This record gives sequence, C-alpha cells and structure tokens, in this order.
Amino acid sequence: MPSENKTSGPPSGADATAHCQIRVTGVVQGVGYRPFTVNLARARGLTGWVRNDPQGVLIEAGGKPGELSGFAAALKELAPELAKVTGVSVHWMPITSELPSPFEIRTSGTAGRPDTIVPADSHVCADCLRELFTQTDRRYRYPFINCTNCGPRYSLIRGLPYDRARTTMAAFVMCERCQSEYEDVANRRYHAQPNACPECGPSLMAASADGEQLVKDEAFWLAVRMLRAGQIVAVKSIGGYHLAADARQAAAVSRLRRRKKRDAKPFALMVRDLETANRIAEISGHETELLNSPARPIVLVRKRRAAGIPGQLPEVIAPRSPNLGLMLPSAPLHHLLLAEPGLDVLVMTSGNVSGRPIVFRDEDALAQLYEVADLILYHDRAIEIRVDDSVLRSSVHPDLAEPVLSFLRRSRGYAPYPVEIEPELPPIVAYGAELKTTVAVTSGRRVYLSQHIGDLKNDETFASHRRTARHLTRLHDLRPAYAACDLHPDFRSTRSALVEYDDRVYQVQHHHAHMASCMAENRLSGLTLGVVFDGAGYGPDGTIWGGEFLLGDYAGFRRVAHLRRLPLLGGDKAVREPIRTAFALALDAVDDSAMSAFPALSTLSSRQREVYAVMALRRVNSPLSSSMGRLFDAVAALVGICTHAEYEAHGPIELEGLLGRNLELGDPYPFGRQKLDQVTEVDTRPTIRRLAEDLAAGADLRTLSLGFHSGVVTMVVAQCEAVRREQGVEQVVLSGGVFLNEFVLVNCLVKLRAAGFAAYAHRQVPPNDGGIALGQAVVAGARITAQAAPGGLDPASKARSFVNEGGG
Amino acid sequence: MTVISAAGQAVELDHGTGAALARELIDMIVSVLGEVYLGELEDSTLLPAEPGQLAITTDSFVVDPPFFGNGDIGKVAVCGTVNDLAVSGAVPRYLTLAMILETGLPFSSLVRVLNSVRDAAVEAGVRIVAGDTKVVRPGEADQIYLNTTGVGFAAGRVMRMTDVRPGDHVIVSGFLGDHTVHLLSIREGLGFETRVLSDCAPLNDLIATVIGGTGPAAVRSIRDITRGGLAGVLHEYSARLRCAIRIRRDALPVRHETAMALDMLGISPLHCANEGCVCLFVDPAASADVLATLRAHRYGAHAAVIGEVGALDHASVELADADGRVSELEDLRGAELPRLC
Repeated sequence: MPSENKTSGPPSGADATAHCQIRVTGVVQGVGYRPFTVNLARARGLTGWVRNDPQGVLIEAGGKPGELSGFAAALKELAPELAKVTGVSVHWMPITSELPSPFEIRTSGTAGRPDTIVPADSHVCADCLRELFTQTDRRYRYPFINCTNCGPRYSLIRGLPYDRARTTMAAFVMCERCQSEYEDVANRRYHAQPNACPECGPSLMAASADGEQLVKDEAFWLAVRMLRAGQIVAVKSIGGYHLAADARQAAAVSRLRRRKKRDAKPFALMVRDLETANRIAEISGHETELLNSPARPIVLVRKRRAAGIPGQLPEVIAPRSPNLGLMLPSAPLHHLLLAEPGLDVLVMTSGNVSGRPIVFRDEDALAQLYEVADLILYHDRAIEIRVDDSVLRSSVHPDLAEPVLSFLRRSRGYAPYPVEIEPELPPIVAYGAELKTTVAVTSGRRVYLSQHIGDLKNDETFASHRRTARHLTRLHDLRPAYAACDLHPDFRSTRSALVEYDDRVYQVQHHHAHMASCMAENRLSGLTLGVVFDGAGYGPDGTIWGGEFLLGDYAGFRRVAHLRRLPLLGGDKAVREPIRTAFALALDAVDDSAMSAFPALSTLSSRQREVYAVMALRRVNSPLSSSMGRLFDAVAALVGICTHAEYEAHGPIELEGLLGRNLELGDPYPFGRQKLDQVTEVDTRPTIRRLAEDLAAGADLRTLSLGFHSGVVTMVVAQCEAVRREQGVEQVVLSGGVFLNEFVLVNCLVKLRAAGFAAYAHRQVPPNDGGIALGQAVVAGARITAQAAPGGLDPASKARSFVNEGGG
Repeated sequence: MTVISAAGQAVELDHGTGAALARELIDMIVSVLGEVYLGELEDSTLLPAEPGQLAITTDSFVVDPPFFGNGDIGKVAVCGTVNDLAVSGAVPRYLTLAMILETGLPFSSLVRVLNSVRDAAVEAGVRIVAGDTKVVRPGEADQIYLNTTGVGFAAGRVMRMTDVRPGDHVIVSGFLGDHTVHLLSIREGLGFETRVLSDCAPLNDLIATVIGGTGPAAVRSIRDITRGGLAGVLHEYSARLRCAIRIRRDALPVRHETAMALDMLGISPLHCANEGCVCLFVDPAASADVLATLRAHRYGAHAAVIGEVGALDHASVELADADGRVSELEDLRGAELPRLC
C-alpha cells in the first residue's frame, strides 16, 4: 500500500511548545493502534489525545517540534503488526488551549463517512498463545482468547466504527475482569472488541451424529478422541467450518474422500508448527514468511519425497501432486487440537458438502454436515460473513530477483483489504463473473475486494454474493452510482447488475477485465499487450474466448491474436468431459488413420466417436472456443491422465504436476501462426501432431507435458514479439486462470523480460476470475471518465464502443 | 385412403395462382382429407356454437425436417394446436389449415402430410373447416410450412395459471426429450432416429380423462411442453406467480436411449421441445389419483411427479440433484436448437 506523509512546516524555535493534529489512515482500528499511540506519546513526553473516527485515527499532540516530528514518523514505522498505515498527515496548529496530560484516549467519533479500512481476520499472537498454554492463566485452554494484536475481525464485524456493539460479540456482556482489561490503556486487551474469558465469553460445544451433546472441555476431548479414532470432525473455525481428519491415517482420509465425493482434488493440511511442516514439505524462507503471516493462508509447498522414512503422509491426501497445501493454526481452537499427541497434522478441508458453499452458520452445519462428519465441534460466537481460507503459492526462478507470489484464492486474512490503484475512480460496484466470484467496491483510489464467494450457479452462493455486495458497501458506507459486470448476458451477476443499476451498468468483456485487473494492481497505464489465457469468457463476436492477445488500455482493446478455435462438443459438457475436447482437437489436427495415435480416445465407444464427429463437423450444440484452458484440458486427456474432470482445471493441474515443479524449459512443441484479416490465429494443429508423434514413439508422460508446456511459453514470447514488431508495444500483462500454472507463468515472465519486454503478472489478486471484479471496476471507471470529458462518448454506446472485434 | 394419381408430379408456382391448376390442387387436398374436411369452399365456414366459452389458438409449423420416422409436419400441426386447446380445459372441435408450399415439393410428400393431418384429426376428433394454400419460389420456404388455428369449447371449469397454489405437485405426463432427439438425429445424421421416436400425439383425450376422472379443481393448470422445454414452462409459471418451483433431477422421466443421446449431445432434457407431453400442476391431495389416471392412459404411461411449487415470495426455478445440492435452472435465452416444431 502506498503511504503519504504530508507535513506542513513546524513553527520555528526548537524549544517552543507546538501543537499539531495528526490524521492516520489505513488499517488502524481494531489492531491496538490507540494504546500504541498513547505509549509512543507518553515516552516522548507529549500531551494530547487520540481517538478513532470513521476516517481512521485522529490525534492532537503537543510538545517540542522535534519530538512531534519523530512521533509522527514513528506512527508509521513502529505501527503494530496487524496495522497497515497508508497515510500520516500532520497539520501544525496555533496553540489555543491546553492539551490533556498525560496523553489520553478519547471516545470514538462517529461523524463522517467511514474511510478506515476494515481489518482482516488474523492468527493468534505469541502473547495469547503463551497464555493459552499457561496453567495459571485465567484463559488457560480457552478457545476464544484474543487481544488487540490478534483474533477474528472481518468475519465478525457488522459495521464501522469497529466497536463491540457492531460485532457478533455484542451478545456477550464482559465480566468485571474482562471489562477492566478492556478499559485499561496499558492492557493488551484495551478495546479488544472480541475480548472474552471462560467466565463471560463464548463456549465450545459438540454434537455427534448419534445425538450426543457436550460442552466446553468435554466437547473438546470428545473431538480429540474421535479424530484419533479416524473419524471426521466438523470444526467451526474463523470464517466458516472445516472438516478435519487425522492426516496420518490413510483410512480416515479415504473416508473423508468418500463422504465428500471427492476422489482426486488435493486436501489442505493444518500442521502443528513450522517444524512439523518442514518434516513433510520442503519450505523456502519466503514460504515460511507466508505460512507465519497473520493471515495464516494455505501455502502450496513441495512435498518432501523421502521414501521409506517413517512419518510419511498417505498419498491419498494429494494424489499425483508434487505439492501439499499447508497452513498453520489460525484460531486458538486449532492450536489446542493440534497440540494433542498424534494430531500434529490434520486434513482441514472446507466444511461443505459437494457443490455447496462452505457452511458458516451453526444451523446449516447441523443440518448439512452430518453427511460427511461424525461430530460437529462448534461454539456460540456467530460468524457474520463467510470467509474461506486463502491459498497462495511462492515461485522462485534463478533469473527472477524476487519470488513470484500467486494468489490462488484471496480470502481470509486478506479480504476486505483494498487494492490501491493509480487512477481515481467514480463510485462503482463490480459484480465479477460467474465462477470464483468476488465483489469489488471503489472508493477513490482504493478498490475494496471481497473474499472469495464462489460459483454463482449455486443458489446459496448467489445469495451470499448479494449479501457480500451489500455488506461491503455498508461497511465502508459507500453508495455506488454505477455497476460493472461481465458481457455474458446469462450470468446471474450480469442479470442482477442490469436489474439493479439499469442504465448505469457497464458491461466489460471478460478478458479485457482480466487484462485491466493485472494492469491496475501493477499501476500501469498506456498501451499494453494483454496475454489472457483462461477457461472461457463471452466474446463480443458470440464465440467463447480464452486464448487471447489483446492490445489496448483501460478504456478499450483490440483482439490481435487468438488460439485456433475448437468446437466444444456439447457445450458445458466438454468442460466436465475433456475427452470431448481432446477428440475435437485430434479430429482437427490429424486424419482418421492417425487418431489411433491417441490411446485415450479408445475409451470412447465407436458410437460416441461417430456422434462426436458429426457434432464437430456440423457444429451440433458445439460452440466454438479459442480457450487455452480447454487446450490444456484436451492435451491432458489426449495423454490419458484426465478424460473426465472432477474439479475445475483437474487435467491441467495434473499435467503440470508431472513436471514436479521443475521450471526448466524443454524442447518446445511447435505452434503455427496465420493471419486472418487483422487477427492472427495461433494454430494448435502442429502441436497436436507433434504430440501424436511423441506418443507413438513411446515418450513418457513427463516428456510430453514438458514439450507442451515449453511450447506454450515459446509461443507466447514469439507472439508478443510479432505484436511488438507491428505495434511497438513494450508492456505485457499476463492474466487469466491458466497463469496459475507455475511453469507457464514464471517462464513467460522470465522469457518476456529476457526479450526486452516489461512483463507483469498478478501479485495481489488472483489471475483467475477471483480478480476479475477489480478489472471490471477500472474499465468501467475509464469509460465513465471518458464520457464525462468534453466530447465524451454517447452513453448509449458504452457497451460496445470500445470493443473492436478485429475480425476473425 | 383416397388414391391420388399424383406420381411424379410436383408443386409448381402456378398451383398458387388461383387458376385451374389451383383448383386441381385444392380438389386433391379436399379428397385426401376426406371426412375430416367440413369446409364449404366458400369464403368462410359457418358452424354451430356450443355452450360455454369459445377457446381459440393458432400456431405455425416450420419443423425441420418436415418428414420424420413416425410422423411429419402434418401430424405436428394438428397435435400442437389440439393440445394447446385441451390444456386450457376446452374440447377441441375445429381446425383451419393453411399451407405454404415450396415449388418443387413432390405431390407424394404433400399427400403424406395431408394423410397425417387427416389421421391425427380423426384421432383427436376435430374437423378441418377452412384452408388456404400458397406456393412460393424455390428457397423462399423449406419444402412445406403449415399454420393451424384451432377452435374449441369449454363448458366446465377453465384452467388458468393463477389457480396454482403453493404446495401443488408438478407432474409431467410422459418421457421428456424424445421429439428433440428424434428430429435432431435425422437432421444431423446422428443415428438415434430408429431407437428414439417422436412423442407427437394428440393429448385431448388424456387431458379430458384426467380432468373428468379426478375431483373438481384437483388439476389446477396444465401446459403443453413444447418450444423452450419444461424449463421454459416452469419459468413462465414462476415469473407469472412469483413463486419458487423446485424439481428433482432424478424424478424426471427420460427414456434410457434418449438420456444417452442427450448426454452425448450435451443437451438437458429440460430444454427439449416435446410434442406429446404436458406439465400439470396438481393439488397434492389428488396427486396420486392424477398420476394413476395418467399412467392408465396410453399417452401417460410414464407420467411422474417431478417437484412442487414453493412459497409465493420470489420467482425462481430450482433443480435439486440427488445429493441435495440445488442450483438455479437456467431458462434458454436463444434458440440453441431451432425448428423442432
């Protein structure tokens, strides 16, 4: 986040007493910022006061000018761990009255529009952790311990300013001792809004599938016994429920897979501590930092491969993957569970039943989760809004100065932190697309991005989309005047934007939004080449896009190149059954006799092959798509590793997994290129022919995967160079879900930079549709600004005016 | 069947000019239709009114291909209009028949269509009372287009969408998707056409039996499931009544071969056009009776309860999977599969 330190000149005279007003903005409420300020001021012998208000923290201080300047600098430099100070501005004032001495905290001011940033949920700090395991402490083994330096925030906040009455803790009245901590400036729990103890706070409960109900310690010990017995326990965590099982028992993990109807998708693990993590995975310094950060995300780290060594985890946790998704405990309850002997590694997968969003309400847990869990371990502190675990990955390459950080999911610990962007935006709410949806709300140069919401085709998820959009605007007291959404007329997000905002809706082409999202978070402007590879997005020409080279800026774009189009046999069905796309691709690339080069196609019956061939040739319910995601699907299916997908990008993830996170390029498969009118078609047929040859020659899976992956990288660089020769563009952004592929992402960055491009990737938001709302907001903002300018566009042309299909 | 000596002959532009050739064509049509033709060959036909209310409906048919395995456009044109009358509670009586013929259409094809019209009209108990024929140049139409307007009388209760109540059961009268698979298969050469036939049938007898055989007002409303499929019907009710309708995927009656074909094609049976299947909204207390009555009829043997109407607070159509997960059932916006009726 950028920071601005504005300082007007102090009065002259080093020894004279001066007064100043200091405004601190950013994440400064609910993070122990006022006690920190008091201690800082008193240490410097300053007089005055500090208080919270909707804009952040306001301070009036008196003392020697030198001390005051040092104080102002320390307000940012020494800020508490959870604080994110974005601005400290100092205004020197005439001395009109005495300031209080000693320096004091005043009650919150509520006037004005909230501009402070809502804090995200955080881990358990070292102090609380120590108390949690100290027998003499009054919060010994109390699962709801927290202080101003740690604990839940966004998941329980109902409104701002951040006070207990506006959280889900309002239901609990503090006991005398908690109250006195809460009121004591010197105490770590001064104004810790979720402050609680066993006397007055929430308590643990357990309800088993057999109808057994227990509370507090008994509930906890029952959960421990059941986990040890290989049973599945639903655990109420910070932003929702997890499903926990002992990761060291293959039978327990398999039971969880069966009940969750999830055969292949890797499960995330929670590990007791870094030491345990290091025993099961190879963890870099950067990954350690991420694991340890207050957000406590899931980090994809390399499995430690040491066959024969005791203590290895069962393969069924993450079959065929070089990675493990690890996280450290984020709630006191997790620490208590994982401290138990034998329970140092737990599967902690999202607490939902197949296809539905993660459960965060107790009544839903009790109604739904017994389908999977034997016991539900919960409590009476309500979760205000669902927040899933965040998932991150750190990638290193010898040619890159810094690790590349990728968000696979940006949620708990990061939401609702804003992305700070360059242009100032009008008030807009962006509704995202359909899958992996997030919502964005703009406020000047900030774009508040919601937590991961999910697939809006599901009714509950869609309800949560509506709720999150309202929550995010209400929390920040924003009143969006415009909405931004996808171009796809059938998306529920598009339909609700059109209904609610009528003629103030800006529909943004899917891949333009991706490109703009990457530009915005990197604060780029000017002519940019967007390499946008994903599964699918609605193209203005009525076909499905997804392997795109777009030239443009925030306001508009032109399609300069795309992948050769492929019929998706059976529409959406082709996404779930990549063997269909594989068949169509093979049919396009090789003649009938060569089809036998792909043994995977023989899993299709002759009837299926007849029908699919007709569908492809006559385009029966088979829309055309230039999607790179589908090409990856098809190649994974053609080599026989994933003919039917269990989850999104299943085949591509396993195809990449074959590389074992080795990023070294191999002999690249060829792509062709031909110019059609003004648009270049990147031809996949040579690639597939080469694949057929290698398969026939008996090449191993890893070699096939490496050739294909390397081919994609080489093609990207060559295509960017071709566009540079014609258009002179130097700036390239990489976006779309395919850029979650580490090999493609890192090598494209390295090779493009080596070729002299200024190449950028996402770092703060996911490259997939989880980041698309940000792009929608900035594109809408650019159009609104262009219309407002003299000679601006006719508003009626807003949806189409910037789209130049460029033929093809 | 009247034998017409029309071998080798085809429709010419002059058949539509009103001269001698036109009269010849009309004579041929009238003779094929035989006893179901009641027209006077005057400019209009006068018919006796019956008690109750007059029901009237019209539909044009452009089905591609016009000739299929177990029927043709003639049968579709009669059944479609008869079924539209019947679902409102009326007894279908009279049909008009207008034809647009492409020059070059063999007379044998025309005769086949007219035979189908006659047979379907006989089965449905309706008479053709007026007609019209136009001939267009090659390429201006695809072989043959028909329009039928139907008239019926409703002496008893008239059924309306707005009679549907929360809690009502949703029943479909037969297999979904057969007509779509059959036609698509012939059109595109997919090879399913011998195993899956069109469900095209006049359903007025089935509907009269259900309405007559179960208590008054047990059946609240009926709708023909044609263009837009069951999804379209449910969306229409949901939007009109502002109600939630929830159906269960595993309760949908779909023939095994049809399910396989639709699976390969990636098409949902919920979006398929049918020509002999209706959707009934039924008082839950009478649901078992209605189902039994339907199943006893030759056109209702595969009827099934597929869902129910929820609260009248918001419009939505929800599809529940066997595992309990619920998603919104999409209404098709564009015609993904054109010209099935």
